[in-house]
Amino acid sequence: MVDAEPLVRVRGAAKAFGGVQALRDASLELFAGEVHALLGENGAGKSTLLKVLAGVHRTDAGEVTIGGGPFEQGSTRRSREQGVAVIYQEPSLFPDLSLAENVFIGRQPVTGRGAVDWARMRQEAAALFGQLGVDLDPDRPARGLSIADQQIVEIAKALSTDARVIVMDEPTAALSASESERLLDVARRLRDGGAAVVFVSHRLDEVFALCDRLTVMRDGATVRTSTVEGTDAGEVVRWMVGRELTDLFPKTETTTGDVVLRVRGLTTDGVFDDVSFDVRAGEIVAFAGLVGSGRSEVVRAVFGIDRYDSGSVEVLGAPLPPADPRAALARGVALVPEDRRQQGLFMPASIARNTAVVVLSRLARRGVVRERAERELAAHWAQRLQLRHGGLDQPVERLSGGNQQKVVLAKWLATDPRLLVVDEPTRGIDVGTKAEVHRLLSEQAGRGLAVLMVSSELPEVLGMADRVLVMREGRLMATLDRDEATQERVMLAATGQASVAGEGSAA
Amino acid sequence: MSRVLSWDRSVFVLLVVTVAVGAVVDPDFAGGSNLGFVLQDIGEIMLIALPMTFLIMTGEIDLSVASTAALAGCVLGWAWQASGSMAVAVLAAVGTGVVCGAVNGFLVTRLGLGSLAVTIGTLGLYRGLCYALLGDTTVADFPAGWTNLGFSSIPGTPLPYVTPLLVVLAIVFGVVLHLTRTGRWVFAVGQSVEAARFAGIPVARLKFRLFVVTGAVAGLAGVVYDLRFASARPDGALGFELAVIASVLFGGVSIFGGVGTMWGVVSAVLFLGSVRSLLQLQGVPGNALTIITGGLLLASVVIPVVAQRWSAFRERRGRALAAAAP
Repeated sequence: MVDAEPLVRVRGAAKAFGGVQALRDASLELFAGEVHALLGENGAGKSTLLKVLAGVHRTDAGEVTIGGGPFEQGSTRRSREQGVAVIYQEPSLFPDLSLAENVFIGRQPVTGRGAVDWARMRQEAAALFGQLGVDLDPDRPARGLSIADQQIVEIAKALSTDARVIVMDEPTAALSASESERLLDVARRLRDGGAAVVFVSHRLDEVFALCDRLTVMRDGATVRTSTVEGTDAGEVVRWMVGRELTDLFPKTETTTGDVVLRVRGLTTDGVFDDVSFDVRAGEIVAFAGLVGSGRSEVVRAVFGIDRYDSGSVEVLGAPLPPADPRAALARGVALVPEDRRQQGLFMPASIARNTAVVVLSRLARRGVVRERAERELAAHWAQRLQLRHGGLDQPVERLSGGNQQKVVLAKWLATDPRLLVVDEPTRGIDVGTKAEVHRLLSEQAGRGLAVLMVSSELPEVLGMADRVLVMREGRLMATLDRDEATQERVMLAATGQASVAGEGSAA
Repeated sequence: MSRVLSWDRSVFVLLVVTVAVGAVVDPDFAGGSNLGFVLQDIGEIMLIALPMTFLIMTGEIDLSVASTAALAGCVLGWAWQASGSMAVAVLAAVGTGVVCGAVNGFLVTRLGLGSLAVTIGTLGLYRGLCYALLGDTTVADFPAGWTNLGFSSIPGTPLPYVTPLLVVLAIVFGVVLHLTRTGRWVFAVGQSVEAARFAGIPVARLKFRLFVVTGAVAGLAGVVYDLRFASARPDGALGFELAVIASVLFGGVSIFGGVGTMWGVVSAVLFLGSVRSLLQLQGVPGNALTIITGGLLLASVVIPVVAQRWSAFRERRGRALAAAAP
């Protein structure tokens, strides 16, 4: 399998976006005729590294070679010409063109007279599909094709351009079991045909079934490269999470009170299934799991942003009507959403306006919103959350990410909630502000607020939560108490390796 | 645009300059009777521009307003002939506007269709209903007491009777937009529908009500129009939607929603009226005036883009120069 000279070599690659160091010291060696797994937690730098190969990003430092010569970066077109093809999780085909046209888009074979050579195009597409071992009609339009089949078309396209390196970015995330199985077969055929295949997946079972070698990344750097043979899942998980837990998370001990939120059998077909849990006053409950495991969707349904198909949500003992955020607000539920720029804030509006928007009726007298009351409210919260700003009239779009997040928190805390739902409360904010947010949440829980937190950062989950709910593919896989929640157990439950202690229902 | 001279202030300055220049160029222009003429000329446009400001602020639009006004005008004539009561006829006309707006609002907020497409459709539909109702005929026998309201002035002033209506409604709409919860919601929805939903703002209900209010005011404008011309015609208010939207956009309301002021829009309508009157006094033929409306519309869409590109260019050049410096 392993030739002497790697086909692709990345050494010491670094890349920063603004202040965020996405890659620090990434290395990767790909050989012709291998399937190579690229693993790491969310935010470990996998996508950035892949995008360097795809020609989307250019490294700030480090060396990338292909076929022994330098790899020309920063152009998707040049990447393809150098033999790199990327298959994305959700390909974008032209829905009204035939599969054959999609495969040869922009490079249609022509006859001697300059017309498109339809017969040849059809033939070659059929040959490619045959080579991949799939039964697809080259004449059918792409519209209505399953995601799995769309990926196959993309792979055929890659083959038709003589790609030597085929990168698959979480290709099986949206596929059923049998579709995934077929894709793994296709990947094996590509390897046997002499290509270097990069396989990104969070499903460790697939990695072990398919790959020859694996590279684990963490915090923008390559931690380890090893052969799959002789490695076990537990080791891989430890390499992935291996950082030290810091004492950034000052969890205050609290006595828990009554059940504030009771969720039973919550189901939305194809999104999440039979999710049940309770959150009590004074308690911080965290949803852990991989991106796409359905955590955000559950909290959105609880708050009423999305409808759910079946199940029930109760707040303080009374049922909460579905799909009605106003009702949720009136009953003391607040949701700090995942995407603060799109969902949490009105970017061009001022700090004061953003802080007050949910409680306007309280600030109005005879229908007129009192601007002074609005400013007093904003000033109060700005001080409590130590907001760093250039005046309360400053548009929030000019604040840093951390300070923006504080405005979102202020806006929801101003509603004086009984249950605070926070979705990725510290994503993309600096370490100092992170600690402040953690202190604030902990302090609010200490005063009897029920907190439900979705977080993809394991240290945050383990440091803050009284209880950890682990989700995978829309199902609650484990409920772990504070003293039984460890990085390994959470990751194993989240990636579907082995069963773990704790039952999959409500505590 | 520079930060000191915001768009709405610029429009106000432009209005003042136009009036000043007009007064110098043509002594008739600044006369009281011409002021009355201008107010009468732009009355319906000003009326409809008030709720249209709200709609465009939320990222929606209503192109059917002129057809709605015309249909309400036809219903006024028809109901007057049928009932013999102007009070009943006015109520029927405004009610027609409410129904027209509700249909638009239903299609946009309940069925989730784009307001541009929906209201282009109802623009044709409502106009067609005008012809269905009145055929090619014209109702011209409104009682003189009512039509006098339309074209004579308030005694002792050069101002038409529509003036107090304009002033009161402009103040009401301005107060609601800038001082109340509803107004804050309008800004919020325009800035981010998604964030508005997360903030518990009833987005669909708000938009539906804005469509209804727009229809009602357009219906009222249809009544004003009929009284001004002392007749109800199926081709009334033709093309007014263009002038209304041009004024709203030129008044500084962003076509993408979320940005704008009521006094910017009012200034823009008055500016449009002044330019039209000035050109008319100079003997420019009436149908050439559409060019002005079209030009304003283009200017309000093009200028912000050009301004933004310019400042982006200057910033890039600034950075490049800074990088080149030793």
